[in-house]
Amino acid sequence: MPPKKRPDPRALPGDPALRRELFHSMLLQRRFEEKVGEAYALGKIGGFCHLYIGQEAVSTGILSMLRPDDYVITTYRDHGQALARGMSPRAIMAELFGRVDGCSRGKGGSMHLFDRNLNFLGGHGIVGGHVPVAAGVGFAIKYRGGDQVIVCFMGESVVNTGAFHEALNMAALWKLPCLFIIENNKYGMGTAVERAAAIKDLDRRADSYQGMHGEHVDGQDVFAVREATERALEICRKESRPALLEIRTYRFMGHSMSDAVSGTYRTKAELDEQLKRDPVWMLKARMLEAGDCTEADVAEMEREIKTICQDAWDFADASPEPSAEALYEDVLVDTVS
Amino acid sequence: MATKVFMEALSPTMEEGRLVTWLKQEGDAVKSGEVLAEVETDKAVMELTARGDGVLRKQVVAAGTTAAVGTLVGIIAAADEDIAALLGGAAPGGATSAAPAASAPAVATPSVPAAPAPRAAAPAAPAAPATPAGRALVSPLARRLADESGVSLGAVQGSGPGGRIVKRDIEAALARGPVASSPAAPARASAPVRTGEAFEDIPLTQIRKTIAKRLSESIGPIPTFYLTAEFDLSRVAEMRTAALAIGDAFKVSFNDVILKAVATALTQHPDVNAHWLGDRIRRFGSVHLGMAVATDDGLIVPVIFDADQKGLRAISAEAKALAKKARERKLKPEEFTGSSFSVSNLGMMQIDQFTAIINPPEVGILAIGAIEDKVVVGPDGGFTVQPRLRVTMSCDHRAVDGAVGAAFLQTLRRLIENPLLLSF
Amino acid sequence: MAIITYREALNQALREEMGRDDRVFLMGEEVGVYNGAYKVSKGLLEEFGEMRVVDTPITELGFAGVGVGAAMVGLRPVIEFMTWNFALLAIDQVVNAAAKMLYMSGGQYPMPMVFRGPNGAALQLSAQHSQDFESWLAHIPGLKVVTPGTPYDAKGLLKAAIRDDNPVIVLEGEMLYNTKGEVPEHDYIVPIGEAELKREGSDCSIITNGKMVLVAMNAADQLAKDGIRVDVVDLRTVRPMDVEAIITSVQKTNRAVVLEEGWEIAGIGAQVVDYIQRECFDHLDAPVIRVHQADVPMPYAKGLEKLAKPDLQKTIAAVRKVMYLD
Repeated sequence: MPPKKRPDPRALPGDPALRRELFHSMLLQRRFEEKVGEAYALGKIGGFCHLYIGQEAVSTGILSMLRPDDYVITTYRDHGQALARGMSPRAIMAELFGRVDGCSRGKGGSMHLFDRNLNFLGGHGIVGGHVPVAAGVGFAIKYRGGDQVIVCFMGESVVNTGAFHEALNMAALWKLPCLFIIENNKYGMGTAVERAAAIKDLDRRADSYQGMHGEHVDGQDVFAVREATERALEICRKESRPALLEIRTYRFMGHSMSDAVSGTYRTKAELDEQLKRDPVWMLKARMLEAGDCTEADVAEMEREIKTICQDAWDFADASPEPSAEALYEDVLVDTVS
Repeated sequence: MATKVFMEALSPTMEEGRLVTWLKQEGDAVKSGEVLAEVETDKAVMELTARGDGVLRKQVVAAGTTAAVGTLVGIIAAADEDIAALLGGAAPGGATSAAPAASAPAVATPSVPAAPAPRAAAPAAPAAPATPAGRALVSPLARRLADESGVSLGAVQGSGPGGRIVKRDIEAALARGPVASSPAAPARASAPVRTGEAFEDIPLTQIRKTIAKRLSESIGPIPTFYLTAEFDLSRVAEMRTAALAIGDAFKVSFNDVILKAVATALTQHPDVNAHWLGDRIRRFGSVHLGMAVATDDGLIVPVIFDADQKGLRAISAEAKALAKKARERKLKPEEFTGSSFSVSNLGMMQIDQFTAIINPPEVGILAIGAIEDKVVVGPDGGFTVQPRLRVTMSCDHRAVDGAVGAAFLQTLRRLIENPLLLSF
Repeated sequence: MAIITYREALNQALREEMGRDDRVFLMGEEVGVYNGAYKVSKGLLEEFGEMRVVDTPITELGFAGVGVGAAMVGLRPVIEFMTWNFALLAIDQVVNAAAKMLYMSGGQYPMPMVFRGPNGAALQLSAQHSQDFESWLAHIPGLKVVTPGTPYDAKGLLKAAIRDDNPVIVLEGEMLYNTKGEVPEHDYIVPIGEAELKREGSDCSIITNGKMVLVAMNAADQLAKDGIRVDVVDLRTVRPMDVEAIITSVQKTNRAVVLEEGWEIAGIGAQVVDYIQRECFDHLDAPVIRVHQADVPMPYAKGLEKLAKPDLQKTIAAVRKVMYLD
């Protein structure tokens, strides 16, 4: 009897083309956010601006598993998910610049990216506030008898809000197709998760609700994220049940552009340790090892992405400021049904 | 019924006007809208039109007289109407404020009440309720009804709280007797709006910003007056010729001599060699003479420190060096700050005379015009030709009175017309 | 025309609109099996089923958010709060989500939804259950706020609210549910943003809304006995407010009393008075007087509660004062 065949640990899921796509998505988010940081420093972008650097495997991993007719809703740290969902870098950058060609016509800014064509239901600025909204989308899917899923991204600090409990309770009670994603980047602004949550494994919150699937996964490994998402989506879509994933990741930047990267709440040493598990470069190393691509291929991709980001900047810079008339537009619609 | 003619604000900024000519004479019939007189405003000669029909009964103000906006200048009335009472009348309440300087229309119209002004405090009406400040208590509606119906609020007893005149009180007053009607308010002429003018916006350089800031500070809060004098420069000319004859090293310009003379004169008039510091005046023991220099970037005023203690040659050399440095933008801050008095000379640009803006906190500046040969009547009655110079001194009246400035100019004249004194 | 109660009028409105448009659903505590805490939804579960008449846990923030989410993707939720006092738990969804979604999405996400329920004081429910929130909600751009005071307006305004593509707040009166009035059986709406001159007079305007409309009408009856003819302007909608109706009335009567259920400071009446002073200054014969709740939390004791509430006597006194009669 031949020895049991062990899987090759170097073997990667999917085909090389898919893996290049995933890498492209993550690298685009990384370089785009770096460009955003530059624009913020130059005063092109104002207000609160929360970068996604370090968490790219989460957005890419999850959103690469969705169907176009599924729904996505997220928090104010929304640039990465918007890109991974396919929103145009131009529309995002123009929104950050506060221009008319922004995805929200310059009315929303960094925290409020919306795209109706992508079922991207926005970045939301009140911690926890959008989780019941996600349950409502799930309710509407069920009301209409559809098989879409609503994916709701949230930071780990959300699990301590009442809104989280109220939403998950109803989602479980009414069996709504909601995939709740806790992006555990370890810190709610400057408060470490263990100083805020009286529970260690956040996915265990799912145990409070009958029939809710819960699981935690390494968020720096895009393949692990995809596998967990696949399992959860199966439950949401096929069984119309909610699921809760805790994706363990790390924020390489400060909470927002106006916050320190490290300081009183986390050490430089901790940050350096986490940087060794940079999701973008880990994926690159594995792809090089698997022979998916060469350094020259990556350099070529870097060039292409650099062009995309610069083009987004140039486009945003050239886009006009909203006119004064726009001030009073979109407060109400003047239609009735 | 009679119409009072007031000096009207015929330009947005006009506060007073000179009645140039009466175009209607006493006894002439006039119709509303006809031109009564020409008035010279701060900008132009404008027409003062009649706001009532009748006969121009009285020219209260004679041609050539300047009168403040709101002043009664004439009376239009029926030929046989008794206007004696009107002639004793004062300007309408708030006539000046009825023409705010900021109002855009070119013509602002003071109210021209035909009946005793209802809005004015009504001293003749003991019945009228009043606040401690003397203002009658009237509901807005009652005030409007009184205006419209011509009821004099002063004659109405208020029945509201605290004696407030309310609607029913006006109605009661109307029921008691007929009232005269008020004229409709004249329409305001609107200024034509120009659009589409071509223009170019030039960004401000720092020096331009500083000039603007400091000079507007000057023209704004500083009550400035101006003294002009004309000096005979014959002897200065002779002195220059004599000095040049000694050698090139002694060559001085007219301006150098004037600077030296100003510095010397200032030592005798410390009130002028001073700074206004808001709560005090600082007199300087030395003369630090600022000299305005035009550069490509704009005006800058380098300083000849202790000019009063320096000889003509030293002043000449220093003035030349500072002017050169200024034009090359090489002046250090300490070289263009700290002046106690300044001189500005536009003579080389053929400006006959001008007024310069005070460089605060200094209290005076002397503007030097061009030197020009003029025929003058000599002491013997014959004509002579003299190089003559006009200077105008701007004085901050907060620190320098007219006589003080004039005395300084007298000294300066003495020095310039007798430059030999400069060597003493 | 049938004489029915305010409660029945609301019930008819819900039934008609749910029958007319299957995107409309009713959600809230006790709306289904219990037939509604105030029986406004009586019979609807039976008629429309549990997907469209949805009982929720006691979770105001949660189900208000569910309404927001459902509205974002095309449904037309009617979210019932058992009372508006409880809606404070959900105010984030009303103010931060529903009122702002259209604006911050640059026009991509209209919010065709209704938040409704009884508002203001009833009888001896004391501090936490006796509050009027109309000025809170009217303060927020992005919302419409209606306050029906009669059965006719209740049905017409709720139907208009459900058909409106914006978030509409419907503030009902617990004390009004049993009041009766004529309500047509045919389909009609009361346009949002239109006041109604409920009674015509020439001496003084009473400008009011919601539950206070009845008080104003009673005051007008009483004053008429003394020959005082009062205009009663029922705003019906407090956002957007029918400023024209206010101006027309006050310019006619020259005197105004503003009667509101809520507290004085930053109340609806303050806004009404602002419109009056701006647009009717030269028409006023007296300062405008406001009648409102005493500036205290609502007490329980019957006598104290009466002292705290705006009522008939206070309204009559205010009218006589602006008439310079007292």
